[in-house]
Amino acid sequence: MSKDIRIKRGLTLRLKGEAEKQVVEAPRSKTYAIKPPDFHSVVPKMALKEGATVLAGDVLFSSKYDENLTFTSPVSGTLKEIKRAEKRRIIEVIVDADPKDSFKDFGKMNATSATAEAVKNRIFESGCGAFLNQRPYDIVASPEDTPKAIFISTVSTAPLSADFGFVLKDKVAAFQEGVNALQKLTSGKVHLSVDDSSEAILKGITGVELHKVSGPHPAGNVGIQIHKIDPINMGERVWAVGAEDVAIIGNVFLTGQYHADRTIALTGSEAKDHKYYKIKIGANSSDLIGQVSDDVRIISGDVLTGTKLSNNQYIGFYNNTLTLIPEGNKYRMFGWLPFTYNNIHSVSRTSLSWMFPKKKYALTTNLNGEERALVVTGEMEEVLPMDIFPMQLLKACIAGDIEKMENLGIYEVAPEDFALIDYVNTSKLEAQEIIRLGLDLMITEVG
Amino acid sequence: MEWIRQKLDKFKEPFGKGEKFEKYAPAINALDTFLYTPNHTTQKGAHVRDAVDLKRTMITVVLALVPALIFGMWNGGYQYLHQLPEYADGVPFMEAFMHGAWKILPMIAVSYGVGLGIEFAFAIFRGHEVNEGYLVTGLLIPMIMPIDIPLWMVAISVVFAVVIGKEAFGGTGMNILNPALTARAFAFFAYPTYMSGNKVWVSEAYNVDGVSGETILGSLASGNDVAYSAMDMFSGIIPGSIAETSTICVLAGALLLVLTKVGSWRIILSSFIGAAVMALIFNALPNMGIEGNALTNFPWYQHLIVGGLSFGIVFMATDPVSAAQTLKGKWIYGFLIGFFAVMIRIFNPAYPEGIMLAILLMNVFAPAIDHYVIQANINRRKKRAVSASGQIKTAV
Repeated sequence: MSKDIRIKRGLTLRLKGEAEKQVVEAPRSKTYAIKPPDFHSVVPKMALKEGATVLAGDVLFSSKYDENLTFTSPVSGTLKEIKRAEKRRIIEVIVDADPKDSFKDFGKMNATSATAEAVKNRIFESGCGAFLNQRPYDIVASPEDTPKAIFISTVSTAPLSADFGFVLKDKVAAFQEGVNALQKLTSGKVHLSVDDSSEAILKGITGVELHKVSGPHPAGNVGIQIHKIDPINMGERVWAVGAEDVAIIGNVFLTGQYHADRTIALTGSEAKDHKYYKIKIGANSSDLIGQVSDDVRIISGDVLTGTKLSNNQYIGFYNNTLTLIPEGNKYRMFGWLPFTYNNIHSVSRTSLSWMFPKKKYALTTNLNGEERALVVTGEMEEVLPMDIFPMQLLKACIAGDIEKMENLGIYEVAPEDFALIDYVNTSKLEAQEIIRLGLDLMITEVG
Repeated sequence: MEWIRQKLDKFKEPFGKGEKFEKYAPAINALDTFLYTPNHTTQKGAHVRDAVDLKRTMITVVLALVPALIFGMWNGGYQYLHQLPEYADGVPFMEAFMHGAWKILPMIAVSYGVGLGIEFAFAIFRGHEVNEGYLVTGLLIPMIMPIDIPLWMVAISVVFAVVIGKEAFGGTGMNILNPALTARAFAFFAYPTYMSGNKVWVSEAYNVDGVSGETILGSLASGNDVAYSAMDMFSGIIPGSIAETSTICVLAGALLLVLTKVGSWRIILSSFIGAAVMALIFNALPNMGIEGNALTNFPWYQHLIVGGLSFGIVFMATDPVSAAQTLKGKWIYGFLIGFFAVMIRIFNPAYPEGIMLAILLMNVFAPAIDHYVIQANINRRKKRAVSASGQIKTAV
């Protein structure tokens, strides 16, 4: 059964530097790292000491509060360093990679015929539990839960993000096996959303409810799709899984090994070889792009939700995109004059850029102003295609008013859904951060 | 141009973090950001940002006010000069403009000087950056005053509006009432002899015999005939507050606000509809056998173009901070402003123009309107949760 979702409100940000549809094998990094900060709210408990040898699929660390939630090594080699920040918080677990991977053998398993418990155990022992994202709260799923539904979005609408129709084209069999496994985890349905590109290769996938999604960003965000398909009510849990991650899960069942294969799109106006690269999760960004100058920002992920990297830092666990854009640390004289500097994209009509809807922009990281009080109304609603009042919800989060947050729909949102609000709002409010803090408050107060 | 930047950076050094004058940084930053959009880059959240900022938005409103302001300066002079016998053959444009400008520019200077002074002081005191909202408020306040109002009254009105109307509520973005109208309402009730009657609306009408200074609504309220055509009202060559008379100049500003999406077209449109509906109801009275009076029988379309109605709707009702914030709320809010504005005009001859009180009234009720719009959304969500848990129960 298929149900179409047409999104009207939103914004497709056209940036320069889209990746060509060509896959290249990236040179193997010397070191790989899994970064605990990628797994929000997980407190890592190391399973190994520095110097230990690991196989691909060996547990590096697990959650302090739930031993079954494990995080495994993407490559084989030796555990080189456990990098800590202030208060001894672990920020990177670095593995010195062997020239060629040896894998831990979990044993092959047919996800369709295996019991639900066996499937679940396999997913969590192989470290694939990290791919399961729980909504509400946008955190790593707990092995204790049974979600009411599982959502997979293969729709890429974020600026310059990887095209999953292209990424998954040789992984359809693994994807199907991944879906078979995920089916065992939920009491409800597995929902698969596709766009034109991914529909072509995934329309034959069985055991899912297929949804054709169209419209501007954030139509591809799984949170928006959940809201349209089967919204989350208080007390309910659903899981979301990344498109390529489903194939990784499937491979664990097909091969009995944890192949942390990632196809990453190198994009952005400052990137040189705009292509797709085959890497392992946790690869060193500098092995892909070399050393870049201070005038360039490396973003692991897309420009709206990604994390900033420095040279020699590692690509994020979930990211399918690496974006390079110019830093914007320059002054602009009389930048406040309306109808000037039209080379900077603006949704507001105080710039003439709206007259050129097809133009592609090379945006910098300049804030284009300073943070101010919330004055302008109505602009946030334009980019959040949900039945939610974003400004009121943000204010409730700032105030920490839990009842109001619940009433206004905090369970249905994730920070990434507010990324465009970061972008468009006149007051330069950090909406994603506010929502993240609001969700964290809900976790501690409501759980 | 690089040397200006270098000079500025040098000048700003003592205001830096941990330096001697750090406390006063907001004041110096306000001046700096007026010259340059800062080099701040995104540190969290989205890595790229829209070109718009609050300064740009506010300056757009100031631009939208310019046609009405320039017309107001000329009209301020013209209304006085054309009644003098020596100008019976016509008033030269520059002479009228200069007369008006000579009265109005000092008012603008006082308004900005006093208001921005308070804003800067509060910014330093509270340790936040100076918000740009006053750029608009500071221009609006003189534009809605009678031309001969003493400068010290302007100053006191500004102090009241900024301190009591805005900062007492927490500053920009937190105020309940529109600050410019708060200033006017304060002046109106504190100094009624300077703010109402038939002597204050034309320059020098107090001092020079033979110069009449009555507004159209004023004469209607006292039961007199109107000596102006609808075209006069539309073009604005009539007595009134400084910059509100010309509907055509106000509409030019409205066009800019709506095209740039800075002003809410919903509020503007629904306000005019509300005013028209109320006026039509009164116009229909004779058909129902009620005689009515000069005000009730004043044609509905002239109600829309006379007085400060259009100016208030376009520039004050659309103030996003004091207006309703939800889309549905904006329709209701706007409609009621127009509706009440005409009602106040007709029912209360002591307030010949009702738009000021109508907007202030609806400012107070805007949060209530929003509350009910949002409550509908909350109820929808709760209902969904209940039906979902019901389904689970029946499934079990």
